Amino acid sequence: MLTEFVDRIRSAHAANTPLVIQGGGSKDFYGNAHEGEVLNTRALTGVVDYQPKELVLTAQAGTPLAEIEALLAEHEQMLAFEPPHFGGNQFPLAGEGANDALRAPKATASPPLPNPLPQAGEGANDALRAPKAINATLGGCIAAGLSGPRRPYAGAARDFVLGVRIIDGTGQPLRFGGQVIKNVAGYDVSRLMVGALGTLGLITEVSLKVLPQPARETTLQFELDEAAAIEKMNQWAGQPLPLSATSWHAGLLTVRLSGAASAVHAAQVRLGGEPLHDASAFWQRLRDQTTPFFDKRPLHPEGHKWRLAVKPTTPPLKLGDALWIEWGGAVRWLASDLPAAMLREAAGQAGGHATLFRGKAPADGAFAPLAPALATLHRALKQRFDPRGILNRGRLYPDF
Amino acid sequence: MLSPTFLSQLRKLLPDHCVLYAREDLVPFESDGLSAYRNTPDVVVLPENEAQVAAVLRLCHANRVAVVARGAGTGLAAGALPVDGAVLLVLAKLNRIKAIDPLARTAVVEPGVRNLAISEAAAPHHLYYAPDPSSQIACSIGGNVAENSGGVHCLKYGLTVHNILKLRAWTIDGQLLEIGSDALDSPGYDLLALMTGSEGMLAVITEVTVKLLPRPERAQVVLAAFGDVAQAGAAVGNIIAAGVIPAGLEMMDCLAIQAAEAFVHAGYPLDCEALLLCEVDGVNEEVSDDILTVHDVLAASGATEIHTAESEEQRLKFWAGRKAAFPAVGRLAPDYYCMDGTIPRAQLPHVLKRIGEMSAEYGLAVANVFHAGDGNLHPLILFDANMPGELEKAETFGGKILELCVEAGGTITGEHGVGLEKIRQMCTQFAPPELARFHDVKAAFDPDTLLNPGKAVPELHRCAEWGAMHVHGGQLAHPELPRF
Repeated sequence: MLTEFVDRIRSAHAANTPLVIQGGGSKDFYGNAHEGEVLNTRALTGVVDYQPKELVLTAQAGTPLAEIEALLAEHEQMLAFEPPHFGGNQFPLAGEGANDALRAPKATASPPLPNPLPQAGEGANDALRAPKAINATLGGCIAAGLSGPRRPYAGAARDFVLGVRIIDGTGQPLRFGGQVIKNVAGYDVSRLMVGALGTLGLITEVSLKVLPQPARETTLQFELDEAAAIEKMNQWAGQPLPLSATSWHAGLLTVRLSGAASAVHAAQVRLGGEPLHDASAFWQRLRDQTTPFFDKRPLHPEGHKWRLAVKPTTPPLKLGDALWIEWGGAVRWLASDLPAAMLREAAGQAGGHATLFRGKAPADGAFAPLAPALATLHRALKQRFDPRGILNRGRLYPDF
Repeated sequence: MLSPTFLSQLRKLLPDHCVLYAREDLVPFESDGLSAYRNTPDVVVLPENEAQVAAVLRLCHANRVAVVARGAGTGLAAGALPVDGAVLLVLAKLNRIKAIDPLARTAVVEPGVRNLAISEAAAPHHLYYAPDPSSQIACSIGGNVAENSGGVHCLKYGLTVHNILKLRAWTIDGQLLEIGSDALDSPGYDLLALMTGSEGMLAVITEVTVKLLPRPERAQVVLAAFGDVAQAGAAVGNIIAAGVIPAGLEMMDCLAIQAAEAFVHAGYPLDCEALLLCEVDGVNEEVSDDILTVHDVLAASGATEIHTAESEEQRLKFWAGRKAAFPAVGRLAPDYYCMDGTIPRAQLPHVLKRIGEMSAEYGLAVANVFHAGDGNLHPLILFDANMPGELEKAETFGGKILELCVEAGGTITGEHGVGLEKIRQMCTQFAPPELARFHDVKAAFDPDTLLNPGKAVPELHRCAEWGAMHVHGGQLAHPELPRF
């Protein structure tokens, strides 16, 4: 199977044909506009190795995240970075065309790989009936490098990547890292692939560190204004409390505690607050952005969803009321039509950066422009891994 | 050899006391922590601020002079070994803690700040810096970033790469790179990860922003003895399968136990084949629960003795034995050579058996100390450098152990880095296309290969040459180097 992908990329390299890498299509909205022949990874599916006692799982890139999480759950383990799935239950809406989602962008029809799309009877039509058939894949999860609510307390996607197999832009298969937790041989090219949005290579296999599920989780809510909530989130993070997620929206601070039952109980007694009963649904909706705040329809009056990553202690930014705070204060989601330059300036002043997460990207792209010295390094790395710039051209930055 | 013109230009960039070129001043810098590898530097510069670092780099770049960066010099892989005709750039004087932000839980430090000094400075805020390599009293944070240093708490708290937020670094042509951010991520490629563990090959670090963690409320340690190494190895997997992620999980074999006990009288049982130390930390209640779980799992896994430390004093004593394992083993023979492979834990019995067989083959004893939680094995090969041929024999044996780790699905270095020491085994671990891509990464940052040339990634033609040496065997690894 792998050789089909190698051949495909070799031919594309030879013919200078841009390729758009796609897994489940759940994150097609993310990044800049990109076009080319679709190279779908869903045929590369399956868990290659999983040793619960080693805390290591290796799977092919097209494996649905849901399948991996279900397998881990059987052994009371999890992906601790709580990756967003998107897609899922918000999508597709009736009549929006699940099949398009599999193929988008539609720009160019491509000669399909052997079985890049589901076989008749098991795939496309099922997708219409059961939205979960369109699901985030492991490869897309790692290429996008996005993490969920547990991120500030457990680590990000990049923190759990132990090794990858990729095919670079010349069609060369490569293997970096491995399946052990400590490994400092060679440059950390595995982590370089995380968040590179497929621009340095097609990820074909990933090895991840996994962790035990916490024995108990409890979610508490507190009525607090924005400034007080930011302060509390940071104060608590500096104390030995079993925090595992934090959120503030519309005057309500929501805090999740995870760990041994005794530890969660002790922390609950100490912090007070009101227990939230349908908590797992709350965190899943936040993770997958299926709450009305994150409505993805671009024609919505506040269709632009900005992600401002900032120093967690940054006081209220005063950029409008359509605000959702996550990650202990380190991420501020804004539904805003304010000029990109203004939001980027504010995030930069706060020690971070602003990303146009959903909506129409500004002229300089969805991601904050890089300082000249860093931009030069990015182009040099891209040139070495994908000399003709055929992989996801323009998706990360418009100029490569 | 550096030209007099270059040296005089160099001396104009820095105060007199920051440039060393007299023979007697250079000798202390001829090796890092791996003293079997020595080479006297041509010149040593010790800049006192970032501007001086940048100026030295620009001058070297303009003159095509190589630069080897060095921190405290505690590295164990000859990564900071001086290179002929290069400037040795020592960052030890950049040793200020610039800021600690207790609410944001970060510290901004210069590269020469010692690892332990960060935790000491953060202690009044009940915070600490988690990675704790055994050299933490002396090693500097710049070197920790360069090597992606670990320690005994990696399984739970991660390596250096998991505990830093931002770097200021300078390319060889004197351009400033600001990598990472004060937020939890930054746009574009993960250059923070690429820089971490890059062994001074990509850029020179002048500032590091590290994460600080709240001090755990309580830590508790359990000691267990086993009559069989494989049983002890299985017990490690069983603890993890029970859902406990220990803060530290260490194993020692018979020779290491006896050496440590004789040295510090830690209270270790002596009639066993393997000893496990399992520390759990966290909230008070959680520690109590986890200790009970660990105790039950150890008993069910066949431990012959189990002791929970009864006091903080006893806990520290249990650890003292483990922490003194290297010097303790050092008392058994005039010299020892420390290896640093990582293996999947399930492979432990097989790997230890093979090491035992090779030990007999080479006629050199081995004591094994093992970060069991994360599979990082430190076999200590005992030898006597004054006996002709023993150092070379120890090196060959060590190389074989690393190759065994790769065969077992592991890696040649878990936390010490490749440096010059393991450069041959890189050819075993990586195929030519991957090695070529490593050179590409280097070229993106340093196209003239002026930063730490000849380290960490072997030239492809050298792999071929070394492959040939393998066939003939018994030859000196690095004939160009003086031996002591």
